[in-house]
Amino acid sequence: MEKYEDLVYLDHNATTYLAPEVIQKISSLLESNFANPSSLYGVSQDAKEELEEARTDMKRILGIKTGKLIFTGGGSESDNLAIKGAAYANQRKGKHIITSQVEHHAVLHTCENIEKHGFEVTYLPVDNNGVIKLEELENAIREDTILISIMYANNETGVIQPIEDIVKIAREKGVLFHTDAVQVVGKMPINIEELDVDLLSLSAHKFYGPKGVGALYVKKRVLIDPLVHGGEQEQGKRAGTENTVGIIAMAEALKIAMQNPEKEIAREMVLRDKLENGLLKLIPESFINGGTAERLSNTTNIIVKYVEGEGMLLHLDSNKICASSGSACTSGSLDPSHVLLAMGVPHEFAHGSLRFSFGKFNTEADVDKVLEVLPTIIKTLREMSPLWDATKESK
Amino acid sequence: MAVYSDKVMDHFSNPRNVGEIDDASGVGQVGNPTCGDIMKMFIKVEDEIITEVKFKTFGCGAAIATSSMATELIKGKTIEEALKLTNRAVAEALDGLPKVKLHCSVLAEEAVRSAIDDYYQKTTGKGLDGYNPKKFDGCHH
Repeated sequence: MEKYEDLVYLDHNATTYLAPEVIQKISSLLESNFANPSSLYGVSQDAKEELEEARTDMKRILGIKTGKLIFTGGGSESDNLAIKGAAYANQRKGKHIITSQVEHHAVLHTCENIEKHGFEVTYLPVDNNGVIKLEELENAIREDTILISIMYANNETGVIQPIEDIVKIAREKGVLFHTDAVQVVGKMPINIEELDVDLLSLSAHKFYGPKGVGALYVKKRVLIDPLVHGGEQEQGKRAGTENTVGIIAMAEALKIAMQNPEKEIAREMVLRDKLENGLLKLIPESFINGGTAERLSNTTNIIVKYVEGEGMLLHLDSNKICASSGSACTSGSLDPSHVLLAMGVPHEFAHGSLRFSFGKFNTEADVDKVLEVLPTIIKTLREMSPLWDATKESK
Repeated sequence: MAVYSDKVMDHFSNPRNVGEIDDASGVGQVGNPTCGDIMKMFIKVEDEIITEVKFKTFGCGAAIATSSMATELIKGKTIEEALKLTNRAVAEALDGLPKVKLHCSVLAEEAVRSAIDDYYQKTTGKGLDGYNPKKFDGCHH
């Protein structure tokens, strides 16, 4: 991060920089760990050993004793493998799947895709905080329901779903449960087998590991079909020569992140709360999305009424502050964030959303800088906005 | 590599002709808040010449920059010349726009036409020939 010393990076839910220890680990492996772990000779067996050591370490940290941890090419692939893999392997039992309207596109678009292949999907609505209603989940379960896929924590708002209750319901009804935990693993301590989910997705670049590598937890005796066919790597569930360096780097990143997560959670929460309270005080006509729900300690999602998100992001960028927005302009689609819309945020306000997500290198000075520049940016944009006039006139 | 050209960023960061004209000869508004883009344009016309033009825009960087550029391009021009302003000319004057943002230049062209339509409504009782604001219902990203 030396190159970006003066950068205020507040977009850790999008991706993280590599932890310095991970950079070191990768550097040490690039030359030495070249061999194909599937070959017979010594250097290959060394590579294989390092690969399996990474798996063992990750399983220990994540509380996996009997289940599998399948390495993938990232969170999206893990979600695809979980949903399509479980759907195809279990379709004799039924072809109905339940998910929610606030999932990441890796889940939503995968569900939409399998609808084309004869599966039926129920997309559960959420309350104003973005949390699913448990009775609605129960009511949605049918004889032919084979899978429930509900995210652990939302990437845009940080809002956490009642995973333990969902697991209970899934257990009672004998339905498989997958959770996209991409925003949770590495941020919060987790014991997957105590949590008792069947499938869980994670991604390395959300916890200071490299991009393009992730994993899917698969509980013992849970059947999934592979998506990538070929060799017998990953117990036949994901063919292709393993991304050894990436996988070992991911394990290293998880080790570092889980050394003292409680301390970092508390530290980031102080920063997040200071930013949130400061913005609400300094910016009239603003509110927090999911503010009263249980949330990730690093995430805040604020609506600034009567301005559009991209304008705010560009001005923040020229002040060397990185954040993100759920406006249509930044999503590259017609509509603003599907998450905010599902939470009942009107279209015109959803265009004015800003997400700040904290990480390990953020300091109080970063918060101060945002509090210093953002209110002025918003003032400028509002003065330019015909909607701001309209509200002022109506008062 | 930036998303926008330097010219777009210049017009976004330092937009020209922001504001309102109290005694405008014509006021036009296009877009809607649901889509995330609204442009409101005010023109002052004397002897068929646009002597003053101001705008207010709710929208992305490109929406603000195209509004600003469109006002610059029609200022001091005759109504007839202003009606010849195309979205392409606005985009070209900004050294291009990303493909997904081209609708912003269309919106800017339409904001100009909408203001001129309003001017004609006020002066002649009938609007601009062939102008159909209805086609801007719904989002056109």
